[in-house]
Amino acid sequence: MVASKKSVAQAAGNGSKSQPPPSFTREQELHALREMLLIRRFEEKAGQLYGMGAIGGFCHLYIGQEAIVVGMQMALEEGDQVITGYRDHGHMLACGMDAKGVMAELTGRRGGYSRGKGGSMHMFSKEKHFYGGHGIVGAQVSLGTGLAFANRYRGNDRVSLTYFGDGAANQGQVYESFNMAELWKLPVVYIIENNRYAMGTSVARSSAQTDFSKRGMSFDIPGEQIDGMDVRAVKAAGDKAVKWCREGNGPYILEMQTYRYRGHSMSDPAKYRTREEVDKVRHDQDPIEQVRNRLLAAKVSEDDLKKIDAEAREIVNTAADFAQNDPEPDASELYTDIYR
Amino acid sequence: MPIQVLMPALSPTMEKGNLAKWLKKEGETIKSGDVIAEIETDKATMEVEATDEGTLGKILVPEGTADVAVNTPIATILADGESAADLGKTESKASKTSPASVQDVSKDVAESRSPVGEGKPMISDPPRSAGSAISEDPDIPAGTEMVTMTIREALRDAMAEEMRRDDDVFLMGEEVAEYQGAYKVSQGLLQEFGARRVIDTPITEHGFAGVGVGAAMAGLKPIVEFMTFNFAMQAIDQIINSAAKTLYMSGGQMGCGIVFRGPNGAAARVAAQHSQDYSAWYSQIPGLKVIAPYSAADYKGLLKAAIRDPNPVIFLENEILYGHTGPVPKLDDYVLPIGKARIARTGQHVTLVSWSNGMTYALKAANELAKEGIEAEVVDLRTLRPMDTDTIVASVQKTGRAVTVEEGWQQSGVGAEIVARIMEHAFDYLDAPVMRVSGKDVPMPYAANLEKLALPSVAEVVAAAKAVCYR
Repeated sequence: MVASKKSVAQAAGNGSKSQPPPSFTREQELHALREMLLIRRFEEKAGQLYGMGAIGGFCHLYIGQEAIVVGMQMALEEGDQVITGYRDHGHMLACGMDAKGVMAELTGRRGGYSRGKGGSMHMFSKEKHFYGGHGIVGAQVSLGTGLAFANRYRGNDRVSLTYFGDGAANQGQVYESFNMAELWKLPVVYIIENNRYAMGTSVARSSAQTDFSKRGMSFDIPGEQIDGMDVRAVKAAGDKAVKWCREGNGPYILEMQTYRYRGHSMSDPAKYRTREEVDKVRHDQDPIEQVRNRLLAAKVSEDDLKKIDAEAREIVNTAADFAQNDPEPDASELYTDIYR
Repeated sequence: MPIQVLMPALSPTMEKGNLAKWLKKEGETIKSGDVIAEIETDKATMEVEATDEGTLGKILVPEGTADVAVNTPIATILADGESAADLGKTESKASKTSPASVQDVSKDVAESRSPVGEGKPMISDPPRSAGSAISEDPDIPAGTEMVTMTIREALRDAMAEEMRRDDDVFLMGEEVAEYQGAYKVSQGLLQEFGARRVIDTPITEHGFAGVGVGAAMAGLKPIVEFMTFNFAMQAIDQIINSAAKTLYMSGGQMGCGIVFRGPNGAAARVAAQHSQDYSAWYSQIPGLKVIAPYSAADYKGLLKAAIRDPNPVIFLENEILYGHTGPVPKLDDYVLPIGKARIARTGQHVTLVSWSNGMTYALKAANELAKEGIEAEVVDLRTLRPMDTDTIVASVQKTGRAVTVEEGWQQSGVGAEIVARIMEHAFDYLDAPVMRVSGKDVPMPYAANLEKLALPSVAEVVAAAKAVCYR
């Protein structure tokens, strides 16, 4: 439980972290706030709907980790690809996918992104370059490496952002992928979202090397530990890593140090950590509060910030209404989309 | 007594090879370990090392001789004190002959993975006689010129043609490029298409299968070669969970056009971990197509179809068949439909249903049965998923009796599936219960005699066919 006693920022404390990240413009701060709030409100609503029985199966919430996808997305260009595991709602919203389509997929309705056949863990959008949504821990790492392979094969300068957690980081295929990515100089940023727990097992209990930025060392892949609770730090790291890849230097690893406030999934009572630990991160490091406080200090009015929150709630409420009223898929959908 | 040097075998399935070159002359002194000759097959060149000391007495097979059968004496070595006059009294005991040790010039690290079957013609259809007419293949236009080639060459040509046609098609796998393929299936592809499109991977099946699927999701058309399907078990999660299911789970948005190919099924003398038939495993999965051809023409036409198919396709080849030859139509673009069985031999007394190397047993058995007046109709499934139930049922409706022939295991096997379909769709036409001839319910043993027992045999097929005919 060594790691759990440290704050996220302390755990992130390598030398480069002592310098504050480059500041955002007011527009960037407002954009980040809007995007992070949308994800937070969406996930809170998803939690409610799950509790009401409107969402079935597994439902993994992203609350607490919002700065990562929002900051990374600010570093991307049109056409860059994103792929992740099962804690994917935030990634989809950050990619610009419609909240209604995501929520309707959670409720298993025909208006969902996968027409109700994928659920929380399996959604895709070719248009938004989001490649899933994968339920097998670590599988997306090889797949994301394959997206980068396609970019290199085609000779374009697109970059694949491949997200996975501290748990997936111990899977064998991750290292098979690292090897090929560096060997073939594939443009892929591996983003390890270290939220300190692989389901109920803390990093210290599951990982011989808890500094995940070093996981590419034996393949010569550069890596950095980043304070994943500070959207500015994420964006700065993302800019650097994406540039590295776009210039043809091969893969890059970013360990994002973060924390999930909720359990692993909705059915997880989270007995493996204390209430105090969760409260402390929420109070001291919340990614949204950090931006709010900076904006308030920059004389943005509380009313303006409340308005942004209200907008996010409005989008989410509309999505939730749609997701509960949209019909279930037609029975004939059972036999469609198996072959094309 | 002079010692005979015999033509060595590179692998248990090699039956003959060419004597490329003698490196020692008659009368030259030979020490144990000296390379005395080079022999070659269509797969590899090997050096023949002496295991005995003495003088090269007489070269029995001159260099440049083709198709020298394994175990043919190729030279004699005279021991100290012996002279050419002693040549007449050659020791013929096997223990004294020199089974020249074989060394692959290319330092074949994958040797245990790659025995070869050389130059065997495919089992031909029986001679035409009343009641056993060979069916014409409706997929081949009348008058088409046929070219005889090995299955290995048919596969290579299929890939090369598709790669010429579409830049999105590429080949990746272990030893596919510089080594020219562990089984020499990708011979020449690197030279024609370059390292961008013919890609040697590290030995990481799970990882490169996932990389292939990811590339396919991005719109490329990968051909992923597994050195054998035994090693694909490391990758089966990506094949099933990622490749087969994504189209469905994305509501039709994101598919995956990819071919996983490589040798499947029993090889020869490589024991349980390298000899297994995965037909049943993959053919159970909705979202996959599974192809397992027998003839050279089908290998070519169906591999081309698989590469063009927008779905994930498992293309099960057979190592024993790689070196076998058969006629392939000389057409610019010979593409066969996936999911269509072929009547390989017509008959009216009993239906034999098989695919891949199982066809070897089925066709030989049909020839045997014909001698006893039983005309078997042989259905070559070619595709296992989607399975051509109509062709099976139509045949059974005609014959009223059926036997399935497969190298895989019986339990939950493809034969079991065929039997179920016959029962569901042709129960009223059956005059006898359908029987299954299959691999035995054991891991593949190494010993030659046990291995033979573990596999199906022609005799078993003949016996089963007679049993269902009550003969």
